[in-house]
Amino acid sequence: MSVATAPNYDLTQRDGLDTSLLEVSMGPHHPSTHGVFRMDVKLDGETVVDLKPVFGYLHRNHEKLAEDMSYLANMPFTDRLDYLNSMTNNWAYALAAEQLVEIEVPERAEYLRVVMSELTRLVNHTCLVGFFINDLGALGTPLLYGFREREKILDLFEEASGARMMCNYFRFGGLRKDVPDGWLDRARKVVDDFPSFLDEYGKLLCENEIILSRTQGIGVLPRDLAVNAGITGPMLRASGVNYDLRKVDAYGIYDRFNFRVPYGEVGDSYDRFMVRMLEMRESLEILKQALEDIPEGPVMGSAPRVFKPKPQEVYGRIEGPKGELGFYLIADGTPKPYRYRVRPPSFINLTVLRDMCLGQKVADAVVILGSIDIVLGEVDR
Amino acid sequence: MSILGGGIFNGMAVTLKNFVRSYFDKDRLTTKDYAWQPQGKGELPQKAGQYPWKPEETGQLPRRENTTVTNYSRNIPMLLHEGGEQMDAIRCVACQICERECPPQCIYIEKDYDESGKYIKRPAVFDIDISVCMGCQICVEVCPFDAIVMDSQFEFSVPDRFDGLLLHRDDLLKGNDYYHQIHPEEATALDEKRAAEEAAKAAKKKAAAEAAKKKAADEKKEDAQ
Repeated sequence: MSVATAPNYDLTQRDGLDTSLLEVSMGPHHPSTHGVFRMDVKLDGETVVDLKPVFGYLHRNHEKLAEDMSYLANMPFTDRLDYLNSMTNNWAYALAAEQLVEIEVPERAEYLRVVMSELTRLVNHTCLVGFFINDLGALGTPLLYGFREREKILDLFEEASGARMMCNYFRFGGLRKDVPDGWLDRARKVVDDFPSFLDEYGKLLCENEIILSRTQGIGVLPRDLAVNAGITGPMLRASGVNYDLRKVDAYGIYDRFNFRVPYGEVGDSYDRFMVRMLEMRESLEILKQALEDIPEGPVMGSAPRVFKPKPQEVYGRIEGPKGELGFYLIADGTPKPYRYRVRPPSFINLTVLRDMCLGQKVADAVVILGSIDIVLGEVDR
Repeated sequence: MSILGGGIFNGMAVTLKNFVRSYFDKDRLTTKDYAWQPQGKGELPQKAGQYPWKPEETGQLPRRENTTVTNYSRNIPMLLHEGGEQMDAIRCVACQICERECPPQCIYIEKDYDESGKYIKRPAVFDIDISVCMGCQICVEVCPFDAIVMDSQFEFSVPDRFDGLLLHRDDLLKGNDYYHQIHPEEATALDEKRAAEEAAKAAKKKAAAEAAKKKAADEKKEDAQ
């Protein structure tokens, strides 16, 4: 499918009127851009003929800051990358740092890591679906239903880590502390109650004719482009590629769990939305198994008190709720990393925004952006 | 999907169900009720985190029934003392490790010296700028003396955003019994850990003393021979 774009866009008159392209700067404070993100859109009538994403408004020097502080002290800053999913960010960073010095992670900690990260996935996907529907114009209702369920999970996070969103819970070699008494039972209750919410959510959204007509066939991301552009996570799977790091890498103890990886066929906004709805069910499957098998024991391995790795470079990656989240570290023998680099999924998934939006209506550009699932804290770093 | 508009009707049924049931079932509410109000009426305190509150009397904490959320939440650090005369019993020895490790660099410490210029093991100045502090708890983890722990005070409104949010040593000092009140489990664990360390230290000292005694006795014996 080729779409003519500016600057060689054909402006030949169809009805003799004198027209020109309209340039609109959507953002940085446009309510639909999920934060401080700007899209410079060129419009012919309502059709998008060119789109330039402009970001960096939330840049806060994350990578350089980390190079000037100890490995551990950077852990709370990773919470603030993708502030909906602090637990998975922690895990990716811990995974990278654990390769620097060889630390055995205790069994119980591994299970709790899986539990936390799958709960995070539930949080992220409920939020994302809510925001996505919000972008379609259904202000509030589905979003608040999602937030209501999210609160229950955030309560669990607060009990375990002391904070609702900026958890800062993972440590090199385990977890900061064990979960309190009765936490596992409360988590089981949340997990058991969640499917009924998902049923309701699905009934509310999945077959709604307005959502179908607004999302089906909108923002199609072809399979080849998705692979070539390095798209990861639910967005890649919606385009029909069966690629999930939990299966491919089986980091942590993911090889012990039975779960399926949902993926789409068309790669449009509706597929991206549905892949997330289905992924939540699989997360619940993992959670059920993990909460059943979780053993007793310590949650912290024998981490060195002074973290001073030998010169080497490592890359640790996990399947975050948004895609492959990776941390690349170069150690130079000092307590600070020589180079610290984040591979943020939402930033790289955003690079195909233009390709997906060309030829669509401007209102659909908002929908497409919503279906990518970006958090600007991670895009700009 | 047979009738056009059926999906919308189903969705409407879901919202109606949620609306009606929200009157009977608190779990259906999309808002959350934190029933906490500061008890000091009228004037704001001059320093952040100084609202009077007594959990055992009122229960007016950010806590709902059947949960113990407050017992796990953390906000800003506080300095522990053992009780009695505050400055004599302060655990902090001004080693400045937390100052170095603090990710947003919000701690400022000066060591205390007596008249002859000798370093006495306590801080003369210990400031935390809580407008910068992000409550990450790294200072608690790196502290080798268990002198700094997390508070769970949530009300930070002050009339002056500069001095009011800069907490000094005496604002940060709280007793160990207060810590037991807000984080009972952690406080007990910490006390046990400290007692164990103390015991180990005492045992080591005793062993060392005995070894020295034995050595002296041996030497004496050798001398006699």
